[in-house]
Amino acid sequence: MEQRTPTLRNVAWLWFGISIAVLAFGFRQAIFLVPTDAAQGNVGRIFYYHVPIAMLSLIFPYINFVASLFYLYWRRREPLKALTADALALATAEVTVVYSSICLLTGMLWARAVWGIWWTWDPRLTSMLLLWLLYVSYLMLRQFSSAGQTHTLAAVLSVFAAVDVPIVYMSIRWWRTQHPAPVFGGGPDSGVDPSMLPAFYWNLAGWTVWGICIVVFRFALERRRQFAEQEAALQAIEASLEIPQ
Amino acid sequence: MKYLRHVWDHLRKDLRLEWRSRDSINGMLFFALLVVVVFGLAFDPTSYPTMTRQISGGILWVALLFASITALNQSWAREQRNNVLEAQRMAPSPASALFLGKALANMLFVLVVEAVLAPIFIVFFNLHALGNVWLLALILPLGTWALVVNGTFFAALGLRARNRELLLPLLLLPISLPALLAMVQATTGVLTADLDPIQISTWIKQLLGYDIIFTTVCILLFETVLNAE
Repeated sequence: MEQRTPTLRNVAWLWFGISIAVLAFGFRQAIFLVPTDAAQGNVGRIFYYHVPIAMLSLIFPYINFVASLFYLYWRRREPLKALTADALALATAEVTVVYSSICLLTGMLWARAVWGIWWTWDPRLTSMLLLWLLYVSYLMLRQFSSAGQTHTLAAVLSVFAAVDVPIVYMSIRWWRTQHPAPVFGGGPDSGVDPSMLPAFYWNLAGWTVWGICIVVFRFALERRRQFAEQEAALQAIEASLEIPQ
Repeated sequence: MKYLRHVWDHLRKDLRLEWRSRDSINGMLFFALLVVVVFGLAFDPTSYPTMTRQISGGILWVALLFASITALNQSWAREQRNNVLEAQRMAPSPASALFLGKALANMLFVLVVEAVLAPIFIVFFNLHALGNVWLLALILPLGTWALVVNGTFFAALGLRARNRELLLPLLLLPISLPALLAMVQATTGVLTADLDPIQISTWIKQLLGYDIIFTTVCILLFETVLNAE
């Protein structure tokens, strides 16, 4: 088993506590302190959850892609390191599915209140849905493929997904749009009122540390599973080497 | 040059296998025909010619997509009999030549199905295209290659998986969605003449770009998938 020092465990608990505290502070900022949106009323407050989570659900796939590339590179050269990369790829893929689900659901709630419809086939909604579909199919592949191949096949699919996402983004971009223009860096009229910024940044920070927290937790869990598997394989080999009495 | 000869050998082998059994083409053809008939019953296309033009591009591609999935599932299973695939893995020829030969063979099968299906489709749907029909001669092969190249790759990827028949559509559909969007939009644009020719050509260019990108990725990664243990 992996050596888990008390220091490491304390850091993990501290990190967990900090993420809860930041999320609680961000909740207070977003729900009670920020002035109500003039056009949307209280519904607009979902912005502080929807946008940070959408941003993060676009970052985790990159980690998954890079980890998969490292897996493919180390697969034959250093199998033990490759397993670490694979555990990271699995952890980020699962968190991507969770975050993009939350992003889609909060977006739907907002759309129902503001647009009057739950869903529309708009570029950004569609590309987020496709991202979600791709990573669900990634997890499906991990579940269905035969034991020895899972890591390699999943890494290959991750490369395909990473190639697909920019194509999806470009191809749907000029199809038709209803989603509000990008709030940050979207043109001269973009940006938000300064009074909204603290709530937004606190929530962004909160969901980032929380995301890292669950990625690390899932990573550690997968590593323990891998070590248990190796231990079992080793015992089986040792048992087969024993001379029968 | 030598590489091309390997590809040609694999292609010839697949064509000969298909010529002797005719499993894939017959199965695909009848399946696609059934899908067309089911949609025809569901929508009553002869009474609403305008609506028919708007939806028939999508129906045609959905029929072809489902039909090619049924054939692609079988295309690698052939190689598993008598452990032929293990022999292919040990062969000195590059693995991607095996893949390209197989993908080209599948492409030819689906093209044959399209050539037979298109007249039937036009008759059953009472279809009268308003745009430049010759563009379809470009859209159909490009779209077919987009489906077949990824389909052949993912069929090989899921070859040893549990319930591989289910796994192929689960992997192929999300990856193919941008290509499906492009080919359906371009086909519908040709049939209805609603789209600007510039827009149609943009969709065709996107399809071409998709084909080039994914063919490259498939060729680069095929050896990894073939030897994934």
